[in-house]
Amino acid sequence: MTLVSEEVYEKKILDKVIDRLVDGVAKVIDKFKPGWSVKNRSKIDEWKLMFYAFNRSPPGLIGAALILGFIAIGIFGPYFAPYSYRLFLFIEHEETYLVPPGSTIVSKGETFYFPLGTDKYGRDLLSLILYGARVSLVVSMIVIALGVPLGIVLGLVAGYFGGKIDEIIMRITDTFLAFPALILAIAFAAVLPERLRPMIIYNEQLKTLLSIFFAADPRDAANFAPILSVILAIIIVWWPGYTRIIRGSVLSVRENLYVEAARALGVSTWKILTKHILPNVISPVLVLITLDVGAVILVEAGLSFLGLGAQDPMIDWGKIVFDGAQYFPDRWWLVLFPGLATFLAVLGWNLVGDTLRDVLDPKTRRSIEFKVKKKKLAATSEDGGASQ
Amino acid sequence: MSETLIKVVNLKKYFPIRGIFFTKARVKAVDGVTFDIRRGETLGLVGESGCGKTTTGRLILRLLKPTAGHVYFEGKDVFKLKGEELKKFRKSAQIILQDPYTSLNPRMTVFEIINEALEVHKMKISDKEEFIVNWLRKVGLEKHHLYRYPHEFSGGQRQRIAIVRALVINPKFVILDEPTSALDVSVQAQILNMLKDFQREMSLTYLFISHDLGIVKYMSTRIAVMYLGKIVELAPADELFEKPQHPYSQMLLASIPIPDPEYALKKPKVRVYGEPPSPINPPPGCRFHPRCEHVMEICSKEEPPFIEVERDHYVACWLYAKR
Repeated sequence: MTLVSEEVYEKKILDKVIDRLVDGVAKVIDKFKPGWSVKNRSKIDEWKLMFYAFNRSPPGLIGAALILGFIAIGIFGPYFAPYSYRLFLFIEHEETYLVPPGSTIVSKGETFYFPLGTDKYGRDLLSLILYGARVSLVVSMIVIALGVPLGIVLGLVAGYFGGKIDEIIMRITDTFLAFPALILAIAFAAVLPERLRPMIIYNEQLKTLLSIFFAADPRDAANFAPILSVILAIIIVWWPGYTRIIRGSVLSVRENLYVEAARALGVSTWKILTKHILPNVISPVLVLITLDVGAVILVEAGLSFLGLGAQDPMIDWGKIVFDGAQYFPDRWWLVLFPGLATFLAVLGWNLVGDTLRDVLDPKTRRSIEFKVKKKKLAATSEDGGASQ
Repeated sequence: MSETLIKVVNLKKYFPIRGIFFTKARVKAVDGVTFDIRRGETLGLVGESGCGKTTTGRLILRLLKPTAGHVYFEGKDVFKLKGEELKKFRKSAQIILQDPYTSLNPRMTVFEIINEALEVHKMKISDKEEFIVNWLRKVGLEKHHLYRYPHEFSGGQRQRIAIVRALVINPKFVILDEPTSALDVSVQAQILNMLKDFQREMSLTYLFISHDLGIVKYMSTRIAVMYLGKIVELAPADELFEKPQHPYSQMLLASIPIPDPEYALKKPKVRVYGEPPSPINPPPGCRFHPRCEHVMEICSKEEPPFIEVERDHYVACWLYAKR
């Protein structure tokens, strides 16, 4: 017997495409582990149902499209940028100084087209935004990849063991929670870059790695340091939120009888934590992550707007706005376009986060399914009435 | 039959109630319990809610640390076991829990849930899938249930899965902690009969914890009556129901509704009154004396000894003790 979904729910094109995709992934796993898809039939159906519920939410779909766009631009954008971010056209072509969007400039026998205008160095704004997307993407991903696991591990340990361990971890967490990101970032920006700079410059491997990460020229290696210090500052103020959420959930989940049954079976503490507790506390964290990616992008842009992040000629969205602010509102494009990019990226993550919260919570998910189901039933009864 | 499998000696568990800086008070959940469980029998443990039945069960399985006392399993002190010996104990003593709705991890399939038990104890089974399916058939589930999640099952089916999880590693002793209290009556009977069949087949020893006297009578060989953290009477099942000695047991048995009104009228009445006092600050002497009809002067001063009034029938009451 299959899940009810396949019999009752009407499937649109998007649902069918995603069903195919899920089946395809299952087939690939099946090749490596024979029999996997049979064993995980319920899991696969559950995934399809989740995507189905997600597809019912227009804001969620818009958000997903925005996120996919942001990630695609972040990864591939710099390679498609018409000009390099280091190309200071203004030095040779004075006409490119602060040109409005959509202008074509002919200077010294060369023709330039700037769809979004230029900044004070004559750099193409579209290219800058494409390069800036990479920095925003990398910063937010690094913060999430390092901060979230740290927060989760500490939250699990504090919640499960309780007592003194809990007290110690949570008081440390409170201390970090009390730190304002801004002050910490300013302090870091003052001290850290001096230490980090030689480390990056003299370490060839690190230099190459980071320049690939930021899609930047290795000659700008010295300017990676401030961005790294911003990343570090954000991580330090970011993990306590996760520790708090996880600990709270663990406190309620560990009282479930299946944890007790596992202990009676002699299951090791490590396995109880990873197999019984973690899977049951992770869904609020997934929602929080999607919401937080947006927040990190904002904080990072905010810090560079204050001049703490990227330094010339490195660029990110906050930096473009920061540089353009002095020409506002006459040269509005310098603020509007990077601001719009930031806004759309953050909006996308927030919309997806909100929808995920509904989809991952079994109660609201059932209600979404139920609504769709009811509509379908009503429609069929109308058909019956018409044919009589 | 009479060989002792588990010996519980003076077991105590006090739960601290924490104030801001120091422990304010202690709940005496289990306060000096002594009994033994014989190989192959079912010992029923009855009492009102909050009298410490469940805590006793958890202590025996070493899921809680006792405040004082010992539990001997096959002659070895359970609380001193380490490493391999502890693993062996975990394999031979199992528990089936009260609420089948929270006793199965919602993120694991039936196969994963049962397989975990096999893996922890490194059971050597050539075809695990077939082995588990055979077990599922024994409790009335089918092969296609193997890769389902717990939320796809009814309460009775879930409890069957929990039974398989506990029995699949071939234990000697199983604690049944109100295994049917969350199920409806017809399912209760099926589960209880199934447990009885398994007991015969696998020569299991049960500790059956319940507040439902009818079920306890049906299941048990001997019954221990608990009141406020202490055992007040311990007797063979039939004898306890025929001639309960302790006033509390009499009161408890009188509270069973009788479906035959004529017989109910003829039966001598023992009134049930009062509520169990707080286990934080239990009454001195015999803990039942504020509610007892036969209360005497000594009852509030000294604790009654646990004496054998008839063969195998123990009571803790001054009415029967020699002063």
